[in-house]
Amino acid sequence: METKRLTCINCPLGCALTVEMEEGNILYIKGNSCKRGAVYAQKEVTNPVRTVTTTVAVKDGALPVVSVKTREPIPKEKIFDCIQELKRVRPAAPIHIGDVILADAAGTGVDVVATKQVLAP
Amino acid sequence: MYDIIIIGAGVSGAAAARELSRYQAKICVLEKEEDVCCGTSKANSAIVHAGYDAAAGSLKAKLNVRGNELMGRLSEELDFPFQRIGSLVLCFQEADLPKLQALYQRGIENGVPKLRILDREETLRLEPNLSEDTFASLYAPTAGIVCPFELNLALAENAYANGTKFQFHTEVQSIERLEKGYLLHTSRGELRTRYVVNAAGLYGDEIHNMVSQKKLKLTARRGEYCLLDKTAGTHVRRTIFPLPDKMGKGILVTPTVHGNLLLGPTAVNTEDKEGVNTTLEGLALVSERAARSVKNLPVRQVITSFAGLRAHEEGDDFIIEEVSDAKGFFDCIGIESPGIASCPAIGERVAALLQKEMDLKKKDHFISARKGRLNPNALSFAERNALIRKQPAYGNIICRCEMISEGEILEAVRRPLGAKSLDGVKRRTRSGMGRCQGGFCSPKVMEILAREQQTGLQEITKSGGSSKLLAGTNKDAF
Amino acid sequence: MKNYDIVIIGGGPAGLAAAISARESKIESILILERDRELGGILNQCIHNGFGLHTFQEELTGPEYADRFICQVEEKNIAYKLNTIVLDITSEKVITAMNREEGLFQTQAKAVILAMGCRERPRGALNIPGYRPAGIYSAGTAQRLVNMEGCLPGREVVILGSGDIGLIMARRLTLEGAKVQAVAELMPYSGGLKRNIVQCLNDYDIPLKLSHTVIDIQGKKRVEGVTLAAVDAQGKPIPGTEEHYACDTLLLSVGLIPENELSRGMGVELNSVTSGPKVDESLETSLEGVFACGNVLHVHDLVDFVSAESAAAGRNAAAYVKGELPGRASVKKLFLRHGEGVRYTVPETICPERMDEELTVRFRVSRVYQSCYISAYFDHERIRHKKRQIMAPGEMEDIKLTKEELLKYPDRKQITIMIEEG
Repeated sequence: METKRLTCINCPLGCALTVEMEEGNILYIKGNSCKRGAVYAQKEVTNPVRTVTTTVAVKDGALPVVSVKTREPIPKEKIFDCIQELKRVRPAAPIHIGDVILADAAGTGVDVVATKQVLAP
Repeated sequence: MYDIIIIGAGVSGAAAARELSRYQAKICVLEKEEDVCCGTSKANSAIVHAGYDAAAGSLKAKLNVRGNELMGRLSEELDFPFQRIGSLVLCFQEADLPKLQALYQRGIENGVPKLRILDREETLRLEPNLSEDTFASLYAPTAGIVCPFELNLALAENAYANGTKFQFHTEVQSIERLEKGYLLHTSRGELRTRYVVNAAGLYGDEIHNMVSQKKLKLTARRGEYCLLDKTAGTHVRRTIFPLPDKMGKGILVTPTVHGNLLLGPTAVNTEDKEGVNTTLEGLALVSERAARSVKNLPVRQVITSFAGLRAHEEGDDFIIEEVSDAKGFFDCIGIESPGIASCPAIGERVAALLQKEMDLKKKDHFISARKGRLNPNALSFAERNALIRKQPAYGNIICRCEMISEGEILEAVRRPLGAKSLDGVKRRTRSGMGRCQGGFCSPKVMEILAREQQTGLQEITKSGGSSKLLAGTNKDAF
Repeated sequence: MKNYDIVIIGGGPAGLAAAISARESKIESILILERDRELGGILNQCIHNGFGLHTFQEELTGPEYADRFICQVEEKNIAYKLNTIVLDITSEKVITAMNREEGLFQTQAKAVILAMGCRERPRGALNIPGYRPAGIYSAGTAQRLVNMEGCLPGREVVILGSGDIGLIMARRLTLEGAKVQAVAELMPYSGGLKRNIVQCLNDYDIPLKLSHTVIDIQGKKRVEGVTLAAVDAQGKPIPGTEEHYACDTLLLSVGLIPENELSRGMGVELNSVTSGPKVDESLETSLEGVFACGNVLHVHDLVDFVSAESAAAGRNAAAYVKGELPGRASVKKLFLRHGEGVRYTVPETICPERMDEELTVRFRVSRVYQSCYISAYFDHERIRHKKRQIMAPGEMEDIKLTKEELLKYPDRKQITIMIEEG
């Protein structure tokens, strides 16, 4: 049996959640004040995902970097793999919002896209 | 081979350089930091004291009164901000009145003009925000305030314009006596000179001890200050002192020439000559003592706090003389308060000593005036527009709090002895000195510096040396 | 001198939303003055996501959220000037501004909308003792350097202040290669969203030290370390709790202050709690025809609320220009009082005859409240009693009042908003 402790993020109450698990299955969830807490806990212990937002250096742009995001949230444990891959890409201006900067980031199947326009100088 | 090397580019060194640059001599000023005004001259009360504090007959008393007298004309000649706003020393009880009277008497002996003792009503009429406990005051209308950095820079720029060389990042490590003159071993090589002026501030004792058997010791005495926003700048109109004690003139409250309100300093001896840190106790003491003199102090308006170090010598007086066992080597040390006030007279005295010793001849074409940097705010609407048409950088505001344009920053960087760092720009232009304390403008000033120095942002420093502002670029660690 | 119906000071989220709604209210002559090189204001450096859930029902990053508004400004052909600083505004609404191309110039407006945003509190405001070396940044300055310049201000970082900007920067610096050692918070609770505590700190094992502050900064040229100490209930450091952190950077995220130098200069009355202008139901300041919205009025928690508030300011300014907003002197004025647990309200006064059918009153609570009620009293009658599971000072609260109910009792004078126990 495994116990995971989480803080619910749905509201400022920040309920301290306890999830009891066995072989990847949830036995029970404690500490939530509402249904949203249980849904959050379930997702967080089985498949926690995050949207990654960061910057990528731009070649020949009016700005030195462009801000980017993963189009969808990616598994939490892939965050730093995604960052590593982004270190190696260097798109050239002009870049528009929504342009794919890195396809299939860290094997997640999710693209990293630009969130800002960067024109040539 | 130089005729004269001046060690230290603080106000004393710069004032000596300026006065000596009137004569035909090859002069160089050595400074261990990246800029002028990096030590004691930088962080102090910026008061041009009237001259009643120092003991009658002392060098401090003499040079303070003379310096105060010279400051008005000097500020016009060299174009730096100086305002003769007057000062008040407060006394809170009748029992202390004799102390106030003693101060008055000393002032008269020292030759301070226009001193008066005011009763409670007269005092409060001048300054309605003074403490309700005010009993009487000593009013010195000749006291003033100055921008110590501009004063220092103006003296140095004028010396430079008259042929004086300045070498920064040059620390004197040892001094050898030659048959005629001295050999200085510095962090940037060896330099020979016939005469030396030791204006090394807190390190004046170490420099002195390199050539003399009569050892001296300077003690660093820390003073902490709080600077309030301009909205508090007119809370008092004059410099307000409590009665002095043995550690100094006490914690004052004064407007600054830039319209802020300054509180401080504390006075605590420290072993560390670079120990310009502020402390919890010190800052608390500043607020508490300042509030004894002035009521309803808007202490929530503090925008920054800082500490400076005074170079205190045991004899409690300035030492400006030829070292008795080192011919041609002149000390100009122990310059603590009233050093700023005295500096025009200090320069005069150093120059007179060397002129006599070296039999220096005046130059034919001494440039006595120096023009300060252009201040667009002083221009009319039409003049400012003409300026921006010619130089659009003056239409681009970089510091929003103090409304400093790119043009002003460029001038500060490009002038002789120009700014090399963020602090250098800040001290010259006030960019970053306002209420946001550089939050908005520092990245932009860093960009300008990088462009002007043709280097990367990574190389830009706060104050020279190892004070780099950035550690690297995004993701370079991965 | 050029004339405009409405001149908007600031092209950030507040100014943009105000401009768009003024144009939708059929005002042709609008000018936005923006001091930065692009529209969008501080959103341009807020590259994290979480913006727009209320406005667009989707999660956007700051630049994307800004872009939605900028596109509308472009489509509607609303005039704006970039790199243009406003130096002065007179009470007669003559605006003096400056840029590289036009130099100094003046503009006469019929109505002015103040939308200058806010700035960060500097270190001095906290009087943190120690040295003043390189490596001390406000969180927003660091955010600009990292997110817009691609520069890393430091490698080993301690952050003071756990408001959202501090938390977001802890994650941003981590993802760009710095090690964030701790986030210290003077208060016993964080001012930031729970989501940011979990996703910016917990995800990266960054400790949050509540009831702690920085009591010393070491390093003469560059930061070499800081000392943290626990504080007592009065916020005073407790001797013996000092902990030293070796680091090269200290980030300060210690609060925001509305930027009201121009407002003060033109004679607008300010509220001492919000540091923003005092406004009425129309977001009109003490000066007729001068409106305020967004963070210059009071610091918001979510940009969506800035947009909503600013749209109202734009509409009201348009009504003023068209002569459709009744003069304040001619109508009745109610006072809005902030009672127990409520730090301030925006607006502070209400003229029911000038208000829309429904008015959102925004406020902040003074401490954390659990299972309490937001109540509104119209003189002595309680007209609202809304249960809230939790309320915290870091989050803005609101309550809606209707024109109908306020007009029902012409004799009543005052509305009080307060927090009541269950």
